[in-house]
Amino acid sequence: MSFLRKVGLLAWKDLRAEFRTKEMISAMLIFALLVIVIFAFAFDPSRDEVRSIFGGLIWVAFFFAGILGLNRSFANERLNDALHGLMLSPVDHSAIYFGKLLGTWAFMTIVEVIALPVFIVIYNYAPSGSWLLAIAVILLATLGFVAIGTFLAALTANTKASEVLLPVILFPIIIPVVIGAVEATRGVFGGLPLDDFVTWFKVLAVYDAIFIAVPFLLFEYLLEV
Amino acid sequence: MTPAIVATHVSKRIGPRLILRDIDLTVERGRFLTILGPNGAGKTTLLRILTGLLKPSSGRVLIDGRDLAEVPAEVRRQFGVISHHSYLYDALTARENLYFYGRLYDVPDLAARIDEVLAEVGLELFFNEPVRTFSRGMVQRLAIARAIIHRPSLLFLDEPYTGLDPQASETLSSVLNSLRGPDRAIVMITHQFDQGLAMADRVVVVVRGQIALDEAAADLTLDELNRRYRAAAGGTGDGAGAEEATR
Repeated sequence: MSFLRKVGLLAWKDLRAEFRTKEMISAMLIFALLVIVIFAFAFDPSRDEVRSIFGGLIWVAFFFAGILGLNRSFANERLNDALHGLMLSPVDHSAIYFGKLLGTWAFMTIVEVIALPVFIVIYNYAPSGSWLLAIAVILLATLGFVAIGTFLAALTANTKASEVLLPVILFPIIIPVVIGAVEATRGVFGGLPLDDFVTWFKVLAVYDAIFIAVPFLLFEYLLEV
Repeated sequence: MTPAIVATHVSKRIGPRLILRDIDLTVERGRFLTILGPNGAGKTTLLRILTGLLKPSSGRVLIDGRDLAEVPAEVRRQFGVISHHSYLYDALTARENLYFYGRLYDVPDLAARIDEVLAEVGLELFFNEPVRTFSRGMVQRLAIARAIIHRPSLLFLDEPYTGLDPQASETLSSVLNSLRGPDRAIVMITHQFDQGLAMADRVVVVVRGQIALDEAAADLTLDELNRRYRAAAGGTGDGAGAEEATR
């Protein structure tokens, strides 16, 4: 079986298990919706100032919900020592990384697909620019977050305080992705000319490439630790 | 015929601790080798090196004549591992677990093979049940099905009896015995002297990171094995073996 098919199989396994238990995705979704509700009380959704921080609001919800998913992704592999079962099978160990990445990316995208319309309705603030650009920003930023997050989740999975440790080491590293996501979202939703925020697209694309390439090269060594 | 395993001059150092010291081990096809030893003697480290989960500090391991360090993925296709951990996913059904691992190993005609191995371990009626509903004994039988789904020529068993009641242990022994064959080598690490000796062709005792006893099982009674084991292990208790080996 080709490398890509094995990656797909590993992601299928995670999706299948999650859709049966719904433990991770329901926690992520509840968290994202709670953030929407809390911010709706904290700020008057009808005020114009809220629009300037809208990008920040949605990414607070998405990234912190994503942390819940990342924490669970390798925790499931620790149960019954399943990660060793994968490592003993004839797959390139980097396929394990990409399978996990793909699964968590799918979970985050599902949460975003559900939560974003709720954000838009409650704050009455749809993208003034292209919807395609909005979708591209969300997919790129989510990919960058999940790419390095999956790697660090594997790194922290065997520590006692992994759920605390992961966000502590993840967020300083993904600051460029966080800033890029917020700025590009503000540009797309505010209907700014593409030239005004295209730099943030490039930042997201470059960091995505780096955050995928580095774990790909290092994941084999990480599993040996 | 190429031996199933040839380990030569295998040593493993982790930090200041010398866990394994110059191990030489050859296992022929069709043989059942039982490895005994006190806690901390290095048995599990040896197994992890033989399966490629750990790299040796020195020495090399050949599986079916191929170097584990050079073609790890291809070599991993040759063996299956049954541990006291099941490596299974609780949320998936028995069939889904076997489908997942079968696809990872590129098993041809997978649907038929899944039915075959489920019948072999007596779980054919539970194929559609999530693993989380299984008893410990059923989980261990499904773990065996998972380990043999790709028809491996070499099986590693890492304390497979842990946590099983006597009846489940008996069932497991019966299933393990059925896996023996002229082309399949089996290596088992266990603390169960009686079961280990009953099934083995050869018994190896590892103490302080070294092979302290290597005998044909036919030449040993349980009492003799116990006596020689105590003599070889000396006063080593939990963790003592590895500490001794650092000296």
